[in-house]
Amino acid sequence: MAAPAQRLQASGPQAHTEPFLFYTERRLVELTGLRARSLAELVAILRQVPGSSIFYHTHHLFLSHHFEKPVVYNEFALWAGEALQEQVLAEKLAAIDLREFTSIRQLRQAILAVVEQHLRRPGVEQRAAPPGDEFHFCKSKSFVMPTGMVAHDVREFFALLPQVTNISFYFHFLEARLRLERPTNDFSQWLSWRGETALAAAIDALDPYTRTLDELKADLLALGRRHGYG
Amino acid sequence: MQLEDYAEVAGRDVIEELRVLAEYVKGRRLQNINSTPVGGGVAEILTRLVPLLRELGIETTWDVIKGDETFFNVTKAFHNALHGVPEEITEEMLECYRQTTEQNLREVPITGDVVFIHDPQPAGLIAARNGAGARWVWRCHIDVSSPEPRVWEFLRPLVERYDAAIFSMPGFAQKLPVPQFMVAPSIDPLSAKNRELEPRQVSAVFEKYHIDPGRPVLTQISRFDRLKDPLGVIAAYRMVKRRHDCQLVLAGGGASDDPEGEQVLREVQEAAAGDPDIHVLLLPPFSDLEINALVRGSTIVLQKSIKEGFGLTVSEALWKKKPVIGGAVGGIRLQVIHGVTGFLVHSPEGAAMRAAQLLADSELRRRMGENGYLHVKQNFLLTRHVKDYMLVMLALEHPGEDIVSLGAPPWS
Repeated sequence: MAAPAQRLQASGPQAHTEPFLFYTERRLVELTGLRARSLAELVAILRQVPGSSIFYHTHHLFLSHHFEKPVVYNEFALWAGEALQEQVLAEKLAAIDLREFTSIRQLRQAILAVVEQHLRRPGVEQRAAPPGDEFHFCKSKSFVMPTGMVAHDVREFFALLPQVTNISFYFHFLEARLRLERPTNDFSQWLSWRGETALAAAIDALDPYTRTLDELKADLLALGRRHGYG
Repeated sequence: MQLEDYAEVAGRDVIEELRVLAEYVKGRRLQNINSTPVGGGVAEILTRLVPLLRELGIETTWDVIKGDETFFNVTKAFHNALHGVPEEITEEMLECYRQTTEQNLREVPITGDVVFIHDPQPAGLIAARNGAGARWVWRCHIDVSSPEPRVWEFLRPLVERYDAAIFSMPGFAQKLPVPQFMVAPSIDPLSAKNRELEPRQVSAVFEKYHIDPGRPVLTQISRFDRLKDPLGVIAAYRMVKRRHDCQLVLAGGGASDDPEGEQVLREVQEAAAGDPDIHVLLLPPFSDLEINALVRGSTIVLQKSIKEGFGLTVSEALWKKKPVIGGAVGGIRLQVIHGVTGFLVHSPEGAAMRAAQLLADSELRRRMGENGYLHVKQNFLLTRHVKDYMLVMLALEHPGEDIVSLGAPPWS
């Protein structure tokens, strides 16, 4: 199968001199029919599910409306803690720093390593989730489309940013990097092409996994102001 | 109703989003086939969805299969068995299903580029599929998480011939060789059951049923069915009543064609006897406005089911800004966010404790009511259903792709 990035050349930063095209996406949840009742089953399924399922369960909560700011977005961690009452494992899974990975393959290995290490601990019981609390593996099918918003220079980029929707922001900042295996987020990539390497690096250094999308957007705007934009 | 009418309740941006997405599927013919033109959730949702999809430029049609009483008794047994209820499924019943399917194959012309077959009754029409023509989707509205094997093994080969299946919750998915999408059910915010009412309309209904608007009201709207646990609700109410002066409304539709329903209703009436503050209301068909008024006038809504498919009565109550105490089963768990839009409970005692907590805290009720309204607005309105159906149509054109680049809309 061709790498998604090859099919999506039309999205995100085009080339060094091109303007920034803001894209957005719509998502349909796809069900795999696979469900885990225990950690052993979780491990077996984690090895075989598509990477898009791993991405879904570590990222889709970013796009949900939250009545309180979540501490953990990783659904494997949430399930271990809530359904299995495996608090130690839940904390270890939640502590996986998603910024360290530039591919879902690496992320899958990291999650597997944590669960398998936990299972090897002496005295660990194999608990089963109560009926109805099984882990159901899903994935998302994303439909990417242009928003029509175009930034021809950095000043225009920061002027447009407040109007960018959360889902568009999510696509360029989180999804493009990990799911399309780009070296950094789309914003940093384009800004570095425009010669704003310090600003690009500062944006790349933001930790998206402890912030909401609204907060991240505010962080970007603040960094822009600090560098003379806006 | 027109799309524009939904802008005020669902949000202008939501309507604009639908119009943009529609540009990618405009002109396609979407054919829906189910087993009844009126009555039941599927007909209710199609009545609303079809005109909206047409307005968006998708040539949407709706056909209904025919069957005699024997056939519908067979499919009712299928329905129960798919829910996991033990049913004896005989070879004679399977033969009846096959014969009725044959008859409908001759009578229902397939006209869609995309064909949505709703639920098991018309599932056999997949036999009309020929080569590279239409794309076929089996839209399953029922809980098939633990089906009786005999019925599922009969249906499975049919479902496997489709291009895709749609289920309402992750837990309903099956191991199938075709893609499975999740599309949750939805409520229509502008229907008689959900639209805004004048306070006098609510008062009139309370007056009609002799409910005191000056004292708190706990309400459960549901069929008189053991799986909805109406006796558990009465038990919970009696526990609450010791601490708070309140009333209980148990209201549901007719049970004339359901012998067990009549029996449950009798048991509920016996349990309620002697307490003038328990109102057991057997409502006639087309009582949507009254149900709307009963919920709007209530203080707390319960849906204390023991087993539940999706339980859209929960979203209907949340939309009216009522905190909901729900049984922690099925789709109720997607709608009641514990401690945020209401409480999930596992027993009459749990329901009583939470009801007492809510009755003692008007600020908590207000906050949960607001949260519930927002939760439904974002996840369970008809407009989201329209969007998901368009995405399914697009998904069928891009099989095997996790990320689909749609490019600029055709009109740009």
